[in-house]
Amino acid sequence: MVAEFVNRRGSIRFRNITKKYGDLTVVDGIDLDIKPGEFFSLLGPSGSGKTTTLMMLAGFAVPDAGQIMLDDRDISRLSPQERNLGMVFQNYALFPHMSVLENVMFPLKVRKFSSKDCLERAQWAIDLVRLSKFSKRLPKELSGGQQQRVALARAVVFHPEVVLMDEPLGALDKNLRYQMQMEIKELQRKLNMTVVFVTHDQEEAMNMSDRIAIMNNGRIEQLGAPKEVYESPRNVFAAGFLGEANILDFEDLHANFRRHMGLNPGECLFIRPERVVLAASSEVPADRPRLGGEVLNVSFLGNIVRYQIQLSETVRIYADSTNLSDAQAFSVGDRVSVGWKRPEDIRIIHHD
Amino acid sequence: MTEAIMRRRVGPGRFQMKSENLIYPVLAFLLVFFILPIAWFFIKSALDYEGNFAAMLLETFTSPLFITVAWKTIWISLLVTLFALAAAYPIAYSLTRSSSFTFTLIIICVIVPYFTSIIVRTYSWMIILGTKGIINEFLIYVGVIDKPLNLMYNMVGVVIGMTYVLLPYFVLTLFATMKSIDVWLLQAGRSMGASNFYVFRKVFFPLSMPGIVSGFLIVYILAAGFFVTPALMGGPNDVMMAMLIQRNIEVTLDWPLASALSLFLLVVTLIIYAFYCKYTDMDKMLGK
Repeated sequence: MVAEFVNRRGSIRFRNITKKYGDLTVVDGIDLDIKPGEFFSLLGPSGSGKTTTLMMLAGFAVPDAGQIMLDDRDISRLSPQERNLGMVFQNYALFPHMSVLENVMFPLKVRKFSSKDCLERAQWAIDLVRLSKFSKRLPKELSGGQQQRVALARAVVFHPEVVLMDEPLGALDKNLRYQMQMEIKELQRKLNMTVVFVTHDQEEAMNMSDRIAIMNNGRIEQLGAPKEVYESPRNVFAAGFLGEANILDFEDLHANFRRHMGLNPGECLFIRPERVVLAASSEVPADRPRLGGEVLNVSFLGNIVRYQIQLSETVRIYADSTNLSDAQAFSVGDRVSVGWKRPEDIRIIHHD
Repeated sequence: MTEAIMRRRVGPGRFQMKSENLIYPVLAFLLVFFILPIAWFFIKSALDYEGNFAAMLLETFTSPLFITVAWKTIWISLLVTLFALAAAYPIAYSLTRSSSFTFTLIIICVIVPYFTSIIVRTYSWMIILGTKGIINEFLIYVGVIDKPLNLMYNMVGVVIGMTYVLLPYFVLTLFATMKSIDVWLLQAGRSMGASNFYVFRKVFFPLSMPGIVSGFLIVYILAAGFFVTPALMGGPNDVMMAMLIQRNIEVTLDWPLASALSLFLLVVTLIIYAFYCKYTDMDKMLGK
């Protein structure tokens, strides 16, 4: 049933897109295929090239090489006006001299809809973001979250197939952010549009996206569904950027343990804190590969308890245990052994 | 030892002063060198006048000469302000768009004349606009005209000269406003499909309106009291209020009349200033 509603338009293809500023290569030959109706996030630290990538898609930056296709149209060299994309800007970019209604009508007036049509469609978009009561207000008379919703309404009011969002939630506080994430996601599903979302917040990316591209130094380090990237990161950067990660270098580990794990020089072991299982030293079955250490620190974080374990003089790892009554509690100075439940919980990954 | 002294000096209470207090020296200066002389001038004129001073004022303000000069002053100031706006807007706009090199270049072109004596600048215009000036010589050489145009010693000359002199005020006021317009608003407009001209008309221009209003009022106030340029570049008919005042003080020695005329000019300026305060956000201009 659902498949029938899938929009066939709104696919984006990047082919070998490169952007340089002087000697600096900001985006280094990236290839991307974004499907129609997909929620796609570009995630990376500042300077990773994610914003530049989005700007090239929006038309505010021209690639030095490569091709960007929107469906079967080459848009790489079109002006922003000609691309027909919706966009939500980092600081909303609402027109301060126009009311909410006028802001939302702007793209419709540009497209020369009749004034009746303009009004009806703008009302529809404003209802969609639940701001009907505020349509006469100026942006400065609204809260941050409300301004965000106006920007959203303005971006979708002309039914673009693709909506671009440049860190749209960066200015909001944490609770509001989560709520807005859900609203944006719901809107995207309801209108069945492709969303390309730029963020440096990994939780936000995981919560909203169908797929995530992790960017670093102008390249895509890894691309995949949130769960897939989280559970099997391709390299140390991807492991560390998406979620918390314990990385144990070859040099950090005892020779017996390396041999047991089949670890070669240049490789490392990767395990998420929540996959680390702690046991009092004496309780560990002898047939398990084991690492031992001493509890260095216990942090109570509400829903979880985070232990910091000193494995050797230079090596520490984190272990998270859910705050359940039946979980065994340790205190600072306890000797513990470190293990994991399933073989796939610990992986061998490379530095790059 | 010195440390102890310093500590005592900077201790709380001693040098603490509200920053508002800093305005008093300026107010004192204005009182002694501006308000008192003007008040004295009015009072002395009124006392010296033999007969009914109020009747004299009424007679002055209804005389044909006064009405002609008043209208001329209002009209020339308006023309000058409009032309200055037309010239300043593109200059200020290009300032907001330009790289640091062209920015400096334009700023120099706008500011350096501002620091040059107004008399020198006005005489330079006489070289350019005179009957044997550069423009006339060129137009005759090209063959557009046979006889030189009268660009000087008439209203054309006055308006050109005053527009030029007052241009920097308008450019700087507009630039201050335009610079504060978020570039992303224009980008947003373009991303929604609007042409650059549409974005200018619907977004940039309305947002630059505060600059237009304050620039307009500042330049108008300055133009209404202008003396040097109309005196040097105008003809016998182009008498502005400030010139009439000067004539009454220095030539006809009719101080009471001069005083009445200054009163008029001051009142007009204050009225415009009241508009200025009402329609421009002073706090914003002061960066608060």
